[in-house]
Amino acid sequence: MLEARNLSVRYGELSVLDDVSFKVGKKEWVMIAGPNGAGKSTIVNAVSGGAPYTGTLLFEGKDLRRLKPAEIARLIGILAQSSHVGYSFTVEEIVKLGRYAYSKSAFSALSKTDEEYIERALELTGLLEIRGQSVLTLSGGERQRAFLAQVLAQDPELLILDEPTNHLDLPYQKSTFEMIKAWIEETGRSVISVVHDLSLAKAYGTHALLMNRGRLVSSGAVKEVLTREKLESVYGMDVYDWLSSMLSQWQEG
Amino acid sequence: MKKRDGYSPVVHILAFLATLAVLLICVSAGSVGVPLKDTAAIIWNSLLGLPVPEGMSKSIIFYVRLPRVICSALIGASLSLCGAAMQGLLRNPLADGSTLGISSGASIGAVLALAFGFSIPGLAGGGVMLTAIVFAFASLTVILTLAYSLDFSLSTNTIILIGVVFSMFAGSIVSLVITFSDEHVKSVVFWLMGSLAGSSFTKAVTLLITLAVCGAVVLRFSRELNAFAIGEDNARNIGVNVRLVKQVVLVAVSVLIGVTVSIGGTINFVGLVIPHMTRMVTGPNHKKLLPASMFSGAVFLMLADLFSRVVLSPKELPIGVVTSFAGSITFVYIFYWSRKGRA
Repeated sequence: MLEARNLSVRYGELSVLDDVSFKVGKKEWVMIAGPNGAGKSTIVNAVSGGAPYTGTLLFEGKDLRRLKPAEIARLIGILAQSSHVGYSFTVEEIVKLGRYAYSKSAFSALSKTDEEYIERALELTGLLEIRGQSVLTLSGGERQRAFLAQVLAQDPELLILDEPTNHLDLPYQKSTFEMIKAWIEETGRSVISVVHDLSLAKAYGTHALLMNRGRLVSSGAVKEVLTREKLESVYGMDVYDWLSSMLSQWQEG
Repeated sequence: MKKRDGYSPVVHILAFLATLAVLLICVSAGSVGVPLKDTAAIIWNSLLGLPVPEGMSKSIIFYVRLPRVICSALIGASLSLCGAAMQGLLRNPLADGSTLGISSGASIGAVLALAFGFSIPGLAGGGVMLTAIVFAFASLTVILTLAYSLDFSLSTNTIILIGVVFSMFAGSIVSLVITFSDEHVKSVVFWLMGSLAGSSFTKAVTLLITLAVCGAVVLRFSRELNAFAIGEDNARNIGVNVRLVKQVVLVAVSVLIGVTVSIGGTINFVGLVIPHMTRMVTGPNHKKLLPASMFSGAVFLMLADLFSRVVLSPKELPIGVVTSFAGSITFVYIFYWSRKGRA
């Protein structure tokens, strides 16, 4: 589905992504993990066109550089890390923009199909009740869900989520990940997530990319990538031991 | 549930009629008051080429006040539209032609033409207009080139920062020109404060054509401006051609500002305050905000011009003084009110 070949990003002299290659297949949920500054979000920025890159990004064999922005948006939907909004748009106005790439002309109204996708996205994210509310009055988690609804309305072949559980409380973390899992099963599509929570990555990911200092350390099935040894070499600490000790706090009551 | 989506042509027709009503009032009022009914009769008969009834001052109404009020309406609509578009494009409520440096750039061109008497034979005010547009374009090119070289994605903060620095630079150039142009300094200074005294039907037609073309371009990008107002990354992610939209809107805005500056001089705060106030009523959706800003900008500047003509009659205040005075107080009030609301 998506293939990155020798992807590199430099800001002046600073190399933030160095010769990274990977593939994402159908129905895969690829977790990108690694410490701060590993280059996880830079991969997302390169795919979105927000960062200048060298190398090649192919979607079903087509070079992303040769596709128009609207064509890319129909293939790849991106939920960015930051969900700051400057003006008081309503939740519904935000979600409706998810159908931008499907509009035939500048002045055409939303089609029946557009309306259906918008309703479905609002329903999946639990925002039907507050669809008319200004996003400036929402909590960080509700705002995050409004943008998740927008990207679901976009109906992409591949969903890229940059730290999707930012601002979300535990029940919403769980319901969001369950919803995305169901979305993959229902539609047969794929997801890439940038995650800090390694437990979520292990529980929901089918594949993983382990990054460190702009380089790809390991890629493949989650079980092969997120191992105790590899995580220790990247994070510089025994992650397994730390997470186990955290869990034991609950077991001891 | 508050729902404000959807486009309502009826509201725009009503706003257009209200603007026409204010136009009629502003034409009839002045140092010499003419009843509304007579004003309407003079305009109507003059437009149809019919004789004007005796005792009615056709020359004042039709040849002096009407073109001036039309020019003020069109300049107000243009500046307000530009401000609304740029506040959305740059996701910054403080953005307008002056923040971006376009107005300052146009001012350099216009001041140079005024100070050195540059003119185009057979076209009154053509020299000032041409140099203002050329310098507005040139400023935009300089600002965008600098922004590109610093920041690939042309991020809004980079543009605004360069715009502010460029405005300061342009201000120093304008002061330099004034220093070396004793003979013409009065007209330059008066023009810098904004003036609609030299309005004519030719200028009104020029403004109308520019607003029709550039305004259509900006209105065509209403949805894209919504996406930009939410965030540039968000616009890119939903499939907006970010660089193309930014370039086209900025060029349309710079042409419009170049023409308005050449005709009315430097009129501050209209592009900043009016879209702010309009947004409080329409919400941030540009499908509604842009047309509404045009109408409110037109009404505001017509009333400001009327005030500048009558308050010290027969003396006249520069309109830039009136807009800056009213605008700055309104802006502080809005700022204080909105901050207090949040606290």
